Amino acid sequence: MGGFVFPNEIHVNWGLFIVLYPYITGLVAGAFIVSSLYHVFGVSDLKPVSRLSLVSALAFLFGAPVPLLLHLGQPLRAFNIMFTPHLTSAMAGFGYIYSFYMIICLLEAWFMFRKDLVIFSQTKKGFVRRFYSLLTLGAKDISPKALHTDHKVVSVLAVVGIPSACFLHGYVGFIFGSIKANPWWSTPLMPVIFLLSAIVSGIALLILVYTISCKVRKVEIDIPCLVAMNKYLWTFLIFATTLELLEVLHMGYEGKAEWDMVRGLITQGIPVTYLGVQMGFGVLTPLVLLPFGRAKSWSDGVKKTLTVASGVLVLIGVLAMRFNVVIGGQLISKSIAGYAQFHWTLLSDEGVIPALGILAFPVVMTLIMVRILPPWLEERKLQTVNSNVTPLSTRWELKGSGK
Amino acid sequence: MTKERLSRRDFLMSAAKVVAAGVVAPAGGLAAAQAVFADGQSTSQETAVQQMWAGKEWGFVVDTQKCIGCARCVKACKLENKVPLDEEVFRTWVERYLVFNDDSGDEEVRTDSPNGGLDFKQLDVAPDKQFFVPKLCNQCHNPPCVQVCPVGATYRTGDGVVLVDRKRCIGCRYCIQSCPYGARFLHPVLKVADKCTWCYHRISHGMQPACVEVCPVGARKFGNQLDPNSQVAVLKKKARIRVLKPDMGTKPNVYYIDLDEVVE
Repeated sequence: MGGFVFPNEIHVNWGLFIVLYPYITGLVAGAFIVSSLYHVFGVSDLKPVSRLSLVSALAFLFGAPVPLLLHLGQPLRAFNIMFTPHLTSAMAGFGYIYSFYMIICLLEAWFMFRKDLVIFSQTKKGFVRRFYSLLTLGAKDISPKALHTDHKVVSVLAVVGIPSACFLHGYVGFIFGSIKANPWWSTPLMPVIFLLSAIVSGIALLILVYTISCKVRKVEIDIPCLVAMNKYLWTFLIFATTLELLEVLHMGYEGKAEWDMVRGLITQGIPVTYLGVQMGFGVLTPLVLLPFGRAKSWSDGVKKTLTVASGVLVLIGVLAMRFNVVIGGQLISKSIAGYAQFHWTLLSDEGVIPALGILAFPVVMTLIMVRILPPWLEERKLQTVNSNVTPLSTRWELKGSGK
Repeated sequence: MTKERLSRRDFLMSAAKVVAAGVVAPAGGLAAAQAVFADGQSTSQETAVQQMWAGKEWGFVVDTQKCIGCARCVKACKLENKVPLDEEVFRTWVERYLVFNDDSGDEEVRTDSPNGGLDFKQLDVAPDKQFFVPKLCNQCHNPPCVQVCPVGATYRTGDGVVLVDRKRCIGCRYCIQSCPYGARFLHPVLKVADKCTWCYHRISHGMQPACVEVCPVGARKFGNQLDPNSQVAVLKKKARIRVLKPDMGTKPNVYYIDLDEVVE
């Protein structure tokens, strides 16, 4: 490490906040894809998380622009990116892509929860009642015919949402992949790598959110659902890792001038976060653990433990991957003769504590959102009994509902 | 019952107001943006600018054989352009290259530019080859920084200088990432992107950039590439020149005389 860096490269310009941005957007895109696996691809095992995944995606979507906004040198001019977009810039698409996706997610959530909103607006009291009444936007028809329409609209939106989610995150990859000045970033594989790792992190997030929510609500975890998530996590993890390794392998095999710098980065610059956390903890360990987490002969307890542990490792691994891409790329000096230093700080200059705060924001949003739009299925059952409405589906029922 | 209905109506009314405000505020912003555009497009101003640019394509030549590494250019640039003196940000800087060859024929290159070249230390070794390379923005024909700016705050003028509009820059630093030469930085005080402008405020009035003005050995030359009698045009034609990182496709407008191959 060391060597010569250009004098202007002494500060790493994109810090921890910019590490969090692709991380949070990735979680959004991944969680949405899980929801679509049920709504579009008919993976019925994922029923128990089909609503939870959309609510989580929406909650994390609210958190996605926060690190970007706080990172800007001129945050008050943030909306210029939409008022005066410069069309040759990939970044100029952010406002529009984000807004479009937000609209899709909000619409899908509204149609998905419309029945609940109507029921709440009739059964709750006081301010809460009025709040839900407002959320129904006056559409209070919950006849079977209307609900059937809702269901159809949800399916269409879920279909539209898939390319939107892919675009939202793929374009983040393009922002990095299109920087020719940076050998660690510049690859057409970057959008695909980002997208696949996004799906991986989204599934891992849902494994965690789902099991924690079941624990908190004292509800039995639906094992087929967990096993299905385990399987998808494993599959997408293989795809994502293959591409990530392919990129490095290809660079090394070609051995162009910049390879020495990239090799130095991997072996001396970011060996702990890349080889250790991202590849060791985040990929290898879960790749081994996950198949055991769905082995038929093992007890449910072991399956849960292995799958959840893998989920946590994957979440940490993908965060490390974002760090290795965003920070790692900036460590390679454009002088191609040395490496910059990244300084960890606690508070100032996008320090660890504010970064943790930013990361906590979507988590808190999720807690709030599941209160407003309870995605749990027993509650649906209780409410439908109260309101004398034909249950949309008792199929939502969980196997071992609350004691 | 009546009371409840009234209060709900009130509630909806206030909600409607909030929604209306949400719609009107961005619309107002758009109107303001349009006003700014309209102002910038006033024809007389445009004509004046076109006249100023006509027949000009600024160019810069650096003679690496002449540079003595005094870094007066670095200091002059900081003072002229109000770049904070005590911060590690530079519109121009000077690099020192020391090349050592051992008996087995291996070459070792040591490069430094302490404080942009303002704090070079005296050598206690004797390299086989040594030279200085002044660096600055290349004002590329095909500038990646302009391509990636999400709000169009950075642009190329008709006479070939890449500038930053400090009133439009949002400080996202994408341009800094995209520049292959490390020529850009975030202004520590203004929190917008900053870079060498070839002293646009001076050259637009017939003066030389500050760094060219103060160079005691004439290592920096500046002029109009389209004027065949200008020093830059003559050197471009006659001297052996190279640009930095030509494979990036940026087409730089800073030409280096006798640039060593170790320089990136």
